[in-house]
Amino acid sequence: MKDKVVVVGGGIAGIQAALDLGDMGFEVHLVEKSPSIGGHMAQLDKTFPTNDCSLCILSPKMIMCADHENIKLHTYSEIDGVSGDFPHFKVKIREKARYIDISRCTGCGDCTVKCPVKVPSEYEEGLTNRKAIYLPFPQAVPRKVTIDAAHCRMITQKKCGVCKKVCQAGAIDYDQKDKVIDIDASALVIASGYDQMDVSLLPQFGFGIAKDVVTSLQFERILSASGPTGGHLVRPSDGTEPKTLAFIQCVGSRDAKCHVYCSSVCCMYATKESILAGEHAPNVKTSIFYMDMRAVGKNFQEFVQRAKKSYGVRYVQSRPAKLQPSKDGKGVLINYEKKGTGGDVAQEEFDMAVLCPALEPSKSASRLAESTGLKVDPDGFFATPDLKHPVDSTSKGIVVCGFASTPMDIPDAVTQASSAAARVAEMISGGGC
Amino acid sequence: MLMPRIGVFICHCGHNIASAVDVEKVAEFAKTLPDVVVAAHNMYSCSEEGLGAIRRSIEENKLDRVVVAACTPRTHEPLFRRNCERAGVNKYLFEFVNIREHVSWIHAKEPLAATEKAKMLVAMGVAKAALLQPQEETESGVIPVAVVIGGGIAGLSAASALVSQGIETHLIEKEPQLGGILKDIAVIGPEMVKTKEIIDGMVKEIGSSPKAHVHLSSRMTELTGFVGNFEITVTAADKCAEKIKAGTVIVATGGQEWSPQGEFGYGKMPGVITQLELERRLAKGEFPDSAVFIQCVGARVPGREYCSRFCCNASIKNAIRIMEARPEAQVSILHRDIMSYGTTAERAYHDAAEKGVRFMRYGLESLPKVDKLGDNLHVDVYDETLDDTIGMSTDVVVLAAPMVPIDNVKDLAMMLKVPVDKLGFFLEAHVKLRPVEFATEGIFICGTARWPSSVSECISQGLGAAAKASIPIRRGKVKIEPITAYSDPEKCIACGNCVQACPYQAIEIVTSKEGKRYAQVTEAKCKGCGNCVAACHNDAMQQKGFNTTQLSAMIDALIKNALEVVQ
Repeated sequence: MKDKVVVVGGGIAGIQAALDLGDMGFEVHLVEKSPSIGGHMAQLDKTFPTNDCSLCILSPKMIMCADHENIKLHTYSEIDGVSGDFPHFKVKIREKARYIDISRCTGCGDCTVKCPVKVPSEYEEGLTNRKAIYLPFPQAVPRKVTIDAAHCRMITQKKCGVCKKVCQAGAIDYDQKDKVIDIDASALVIASGYDQMDVSLLPQFGFGIAKDVVTSLQFERILSASGPTGGHLVRPSDGTEPKTLAFIQCVGSRDAKCHVYCSSVCCMYATKESILAGEHAPNVKTSIFYMDMRAVGKNFQEFVQRAKKSYGVRYVQSRPAKLQPSKDGKGVLINYEKKGTGGDVAQEEFDMAVLCPALEPSKSASRLAESTGLKVDPDGFFATPDLKHPVDSTSKGIVVCGFASTPMDIPDAVTQASSAAARVAEMISGGGC
Repeated sequence: MLMPRIGVFICHCGHNIASAVDVEKVAEFAKTLPDVVVAAHNMYSCSEEGLGAIRRSIEENKLDRVVVAACTPRTHEPLFRRNCERAGVNKYLFEFVNIREHVSWIHAKEPLAATEKAKMLVAMGVAKAALLQPQEETESGVIPVAVVIGGGIAGLSAASALVSQGIETHLIEKEPQLGGILKDIAVIGPEMVKTKEIIDGMVKEIGSSPKAHVHLSSRMTELTGFVGNFEITVTAADKCAEKIKAGTVIVATGGQEWSPQGEFGYGKMPGVITQLELERRLAKGEFPDSAVFIQCVGARVPGREYCSRFCCNASIKNAIRIMEARPEAQVSILHRDIMSYGTTAERAYHDAAEKGVRFMRYGLESLPKVDKLGDNLHVDVYDETLDDTIGMSTDVVVLAAPMVPIDNVKDLAMMLKVPVDKLGFFLEAHVKLRPVEFATEGIFICGTARWPSSVSECISQGLGAAAKASIPIRRGKVKIEPITAYSDPEKCIACGNCVQACPYQAIEIVTSKEGKRYAQVTEAKCKGCGNCVAACHNDAMQQKGFNTTQLSAMIDALIKNALEVVQ
């Protein structure tokens, strides 16, 4: 019998941990709350500092997960409870009803064309709509549709049934129920990742007030060739190409009134997005408002230099106090203190502004902490108090990797995922191989 | 012989390819090529839908060879090969054509020419595909032993993870003691953990394991072989060379502090010291009454543009230690950006400021000035935030110099046959998704030999490398890709050029029963680099999957189609 390991979270960290554990010979159960694995990395257009196409490098790993003889995917699933101790955990996995017989669904997409209900797309960060029956994105793994029960007319009002009519595979099952399965696991890996904070909680940054203020993940989708604008850099208010663009760093992070911590990746992705903006719209003039330009990784400083020299990106060391709509409702007025003037305030108008919000522990993290009994640190990330074993949580047999433990970029998350696999292997097979 | 039945699949890659290359035209063109039975185009060939479409086409059209024109084989070849296998086509009858990196991305503004180039590359791929032969992968065993080179924190972490898994591990350290640079550092920030506890714990774990072999005052002097079957020569200062056979190797050779000779009076004024020199003083309990830290000395400057990642946090940690030992101390940190990324480091930054450490931002255009002032030092700095020049006298000036690669890194890289970047840090297989692996199978990288990293990051990387190094050992076997060289004894004149050209000692001259001397390749050692094929004057040496007939057919196809374009 192979030892079983439950990996919670199907972003890049969870995917890598599952692949390494699978390759080591463990039976891996990869649990992901959304309908597809891939996590935030699947939403990104490119990755810094090489500008590799994000999904292009991620998608093979997603498919390897699905194909792996030792990995079982549980998508659209949540952890209902964890009991027992190392190495005898009992993990309850709730496979939520997706109202689809996934053994029959071919992912053809006919149902998603005919479904009459439109819902803001999570994958596109609300910039466009999906249907109530949907595939989150074309490269989704597994390529199976899901019915969003909260919006489906058949499920909420017992009228419609269009998807069932068009589905030639007979995969639609409006009566499907959640399924809870029990796994006897020797160890768990927590890779629950992050969520961007809700920036509408900070009205001074103008999100939801000025139309042309977007979040960095929204901007990532706007830049993406497969995104809602087909990769054309346009602003929301009037669909025109912005001539001036501002990035605001540390929105809600490094802020005593909000999150004290630094989210670690925003300086670099803002630099990346500014370079990409320059590639899409060669005449755009971009300014990045920052506190400290934290470009600490391999070739990161060179990347910042490239943004400055080849794309004319202006780095302004100042923290804007207020963003508001311009007079005609288009564009953004930004108030900030000018450096080296002893407090002079400038107001500058931009066609569009991108907020780089604090990245918070995933919304599912607190419930996960409750069900596992794991302690979290003052910022809500899973505590990893033992420096000698940086991925060990506060419970033996449960390890944490990636953003769930502290803010980090993709290579660090991938490294930690492998570390997590090593620790699991140590704990389970210690002494004998 | 039956005619080959080739299917060609052109990928849009969303807009990545289709924005520059007229994908439909390329597919139409492919249909006109010899032996092509079907040509199609997909939005994302690598998606489950795209792969399914290829498999269905293989079945419906009885294809026996597949050409995909898409992105890069570095990330996607295994996927498409496996897809062919699933549909019953030998995976070596798959040919990859890169029309993204080689076409659409670099010719984004010339769509007509890009489409023509894509057509030619597809024609070349098809010409080669027609001549491909099915190949079988051979398997070879894995010696269940790992070698870790370097006994600093990353190497210790890797070695302890390996022995804890029950894997026999050799740890090679050039110094007489384990611990690396951390031997000089008493506490680790930002949590202020005693280094001794960490290092001693790991050393004890390794020392008490019967699976561990520690080689002190030793260096690796030679490495031969391949994944699963390496032979490492370890030379100790006072002993004979020892040969170790191992399945996998982890490189954890670390870095060193750059010597800031001549910078800010270093080497001339005794009070000007490096961070590591300060660490040694603090470890002995010698706390200064005042200190000025200057960040980015020799880093983020023309010629050495990178940021060394941990120096800001090291200065903050030591500033806090000084303030705690001497609450009246005057401590300033002169910086160009404070790099306290993450949660605990950012808190330590706040903590330092609350304890009275002064942070001042300087620019590259106006560097701080350090002068002698009696027994003391005097520093002048133009603080950008205050827009004013501040003068201060201080006991010590601490230069935060970057971590640079070790001196003999190039020799080491040659020995391991792995790449280093232009700075001399080891270059991993993929900066984003394969951070602890080399492109060479069976060799892994961790710690500051790859890039300056914090202690916690080094430990993580050591664990990560250990995970990767354990996988072939746990599986017990590795597959050898059949792209190896082979010689035709009839044509071979035993000149030995190929033996010279081979960097892997995979070729030797042997004598047949009939007395004919010829070159013979040991398949398990061959990496498929092709050097021997190029060196052979007699066409006797060939490489599977890249033989002369196949390559000539590609060139012929190129010339034929290029001529058509010209006409």
